[in-house]
Amino acid sequence: MNVSVTVNGDTYARDVEARKLLIHFLRDDLDLTGSHVGCDTGNCGACSVLVDGVLVKSCMMLAVQADGSSIETVEGLADGGEMTPLQKSFNEHHALQCGYCTPGMLMSATALLRDNPSPSEDEIKKALQGNICRCTGYWNIVEAVKAVGK
Amino acid sequence: MTENAGTTLAPEKVEVQKGWGGQSVKRREDKRLLQGEGVFVDDIKRHGMGYLHFVRSPYAHAHITRIDVSAAEAVDGVYGTLTGEEVAALTEPFFQISSVPGANVKDYALAVGKVRYVGEAVVAVVAETRELARDASELVEVEYEPLDAVVDARKAQEPGASVLHDDAGGNLMWSGLYSWGDIDAAFEEADRVIEIDELHFHRFNSTPLECDGALVEYNRGVDQWTLYTNNQFPGFAAIMMGPAMKVGLDKLRFVTQDIGGGFGNKITSHPQLVVCCLLARKLNRPIQWTEWRTDFHLSMSHGNERWFHETKVAVKNDGTLLGFKTKALDDAGAWLRYEPLGGVIWAQVTPGMYRWRHIELEFTQVATNKAPVSPNRGYSRMQHLWFTERVIDIVAHELGLDPVEVRKKNYIRAEDMPYETPNGCVYDSGDYAAMLDKALELIGYDGIEQRRVEANAKGKLLGVGIGSTLDSGTNNFGQSRLINPELQFSGNNEVATVKLDIFGEIVVTLGTTPQGQGHETTAAQVVADILNCDVDAVHVRAGHDSYWNSHAGFSGTYASQFAVTGLSAVKGATEMLRDEIFKLAGAVFGGVPAEALELADGGIRIKDNPDAFLPFMACGAIINANNAGLPEDLDVTLNCRYVYRPPFQVPDVEKKFGNLTLTYAAQIHVAVVEVDPETGYYEIVDYAAVDDCGKRINPQIVEGQVMGATAQAIGAAIHEVFEYDEDGNLLTPNFYDYHVPHALDMPPLATGAIESPSPFTPLGTKGMGEGGGAGIHAVCAAIQDATGVPVKHSHNPYQRVWEMLR
Repeated sequence: MNVSVTVNGDTYARDVEARKLLIHFLRDDLDLTGSHVGCDTGNCGACSVLVDGVLVKSCMMLAVQADGSSIETVEGLADGGEMTPLQKSFNEHHALQCGYCTPGMLMSATALLRDNPSPSEDEIKKALQGNICRCTGYWNIVEAVKAVGK
Repeated sequence: MTENAGTTLAPEKVEVQKGWGGQSVKRREDKRLLQGEGVFVDDIKRHGMGYLHFVRSPYAHAHITRIDVSAAEAVDGVYGTLTGEEVAALTEPFFQISSVPGANVKDYALAVGKVRYVGEAVVAVVAETRELARDASELVEVEYEPLDAVVDARKAQEPGASVLHDDAGGNLMWSGLYSWGDIDAAFEEADRVIEIDELHFHRFNSTPLECDGALVEYNRGVDQWTLYTNNQFPGFAAIMMGPAMKVGLDKLRFVTQDIGGGFGNKITSHPQLVVCCLLARKLNRPIQWTEWRTDFHLSMSHGNERWFHETKVAVKNDGTLLGFKTKALDDAGAWLRYEPLGGVIWAQVTPGMYRWRHIELEFTQVATNKAPVSPNRGYSRMQHLWFTERVIDIVAHELGLDPVEVRKKNYIRAEDMPYETPNGCVYDSGDYAAMLDKALELIGYDGIEQRRVEANAKGKLLGVGIGSTLDSGTNNFGQSRLINPELQFSGNNEVATVKLDIFGEIVVTLGTTPQGQGHETTAAQVVADILNCDVDAVHVRAGHDSYWNSHAGFSGTYASQFAVTGLSAVKGATEMLRDEIFKLAGAVFGGVPAEALELADGGIRIKDNPDAFLPFMACGAIINANNAGLPEDLDVTLNCRYVYRPPFQVPDVEKKFGNLTLTYAAQIHVAVVEVDPETGYYEIVDYAAVDDCGKRINPQIVEGQVMGATAQAIGAAIHEVFEYDEDGNLLTPNFYDYHVPHALDMPPLATGAIESPSPFTPLGTKGMGEGGGAGIHAVCAAIQDATGVPVKHSHNPYQRVWEMLR
């Protein structure tokens, strides 16, 4: 089936199998490998992206369902190599170790901060509860997001 | 410290840190990882590659009576398959670490003739897409003749129990008696002998978020494989794979860049890598394998489940611990992929943090129809240290003593360091009592009685628990000989290269395979201090490549050692380079002696004449591209390789005595819980983790490791378990059923650190990162304190606490 999407401002048109997951479409067909796969069940959040501004686990959506939409992934966060305040804050607070969950964390936190620029600690934890990290224990991630809040 | 044959360590001079070392330099890995520009194994693609999917056993134990791959191979887009029969024809069984009976186990990369756990790989199918490979796997016909399954290790040796490995003659894989001091005399001397029937440490692992994987290419012309993989111990994989595939190690090139967490769980992927290699050759195309999450849970690196039976503890009425005796029963699962090393690794920390001198432990490891166990963060020491901590709290409970006081009375003291344990290990440094005081202060222990009253007022039970671990690091692989005296392994090593390239670039390669530990950053800090340059001027290559000439026999990232083996290799190589720069500059300046020169501002200059300055760029250019006229005897390449070799002796195999690890980082955790007696639900309301890993090169990275280990401990203590039903089906095969903590599960955390530099390591550092076991025990002890009921399991979901209170 033909799918046409805009990802981080670039338009892509591809012929894909109807059953192909959005995450595999992004990673395997478009070679946007920043978003990751960490589970088979929609639990880990490593594949989180924004579809038309809505936070989505891209393993829980078919590529064909994204036809005509505008998608944001981790590759599109930095502007011309200049990292966003959130990305810089992750570095500053040591909010990542292996970095595998990080793209999903950043997308979830980005969605939160757009919706709620001054989240409380509890709001941050709730917003990130769909993202699993096995390295950090989340404390530094929460601190990094908190520091960006106004 | 007493002198002994196996223990001849001379303290090294510890250098005072200055400059970059000791600073929380921001990680240089982060920039790519934050922008989705990391390269993880599944990100690598090759033209014409085939995706591999494994057909797995639905039975825990069964004979394979027929395999038919024809329907799968007939599908358009399916490139081919591999069966166990082909593997048995093409390879030798993997080398076994065990002595008999485990030595007789015949382990191949795919099941041959029989399956031994649910999820065991039986056939590999390769196809044009991931989806097609998975679909085609459904068309592979395998007929089984089911057998009874052995699920409970305690029943594995009962008469009539089903036998996994006929070649081994039964389910016993390895056993050994460890006895030091005089336990019978200790029982004589004791006022009390406390008996504990059974303690149980459960099966779980660290579930790195990235599963295992590889992209394997075969170069037919030179008969050589390149394995882009996230295997975290290529040294071990190479030793396992080479003999099995009947090739030399030069034929196996291991390459990694970014690895999405390892925690020990990515050490034993060598069977899958062999399958990839065989298929790359058979099908003449690159093979891409990425493990699915369910596959990982079913088949990879479960942590060692262990029971402690018939424990007897010799104590004085005042709480002085004299010794203990116990029988440890370890469940290896179906294969010995790294086992039975767990049968000796625990002995690195035989007495835990305590001064008891009389210890007897009978270790038995059996096979069961469950996933093979392999190292998991805190490997084998975690189980044993949980046991010693449980003993302390149960003894305190029985004697009516304060667990804090019992600990302080029995801790190995700062003035005892370096301390030789009853089995000849040497604890290098530490001050456990000071760590405990700090941890108690962090959770506000002074006010705890008041908090108990307040908790009671709201119908809750408050409890405080202490847990400690020793994160022994830098293995002496000679300990493997206590498992099998025939083995020819001993000592340890790691390698680094540091060079000055043609444009003055300082380029470092490491033998390690970091999975988030920040090696690129800490290595740069060490180099910058020695070359007196900016940390950003140092380029540390990401990842590992066994063709870089920075690969040694024990290369990898495992077992808490980078700060010792890795950074000591970096230090050694950089000092060689520094000395060469001095020699070169001396020659260029016309015979200026080294003592008249100094490194500064990215170059070298004459101390008394700073205008005579040779930037590194000039040094690199002269040696690499403009070297005519240099003195003939100038022995300078500006490309230096150093292998760090820790000072070890081969342990005494008869007495099971000797130094098994070089450094002993320590962790003391304190948890405060509130238990709801009606439901068993409990919440960690305060938590403190104090760590001592000697000199810290980068305190922020160290704290990150402490936090991560703590989170894994909390997950393991409350939620995480690989639980099987009686037929051997895994009940927690994915993140739906296997709950790992998320952000809302995390309690408030206070971290603390003290620094007791190691006298035995070049930088005063100790390996660290595996101290999570302390947290598992802290939660157990806090539950015991709250409920007044001795805790016998390491895994305490709310239901178990509810049952304890009934």
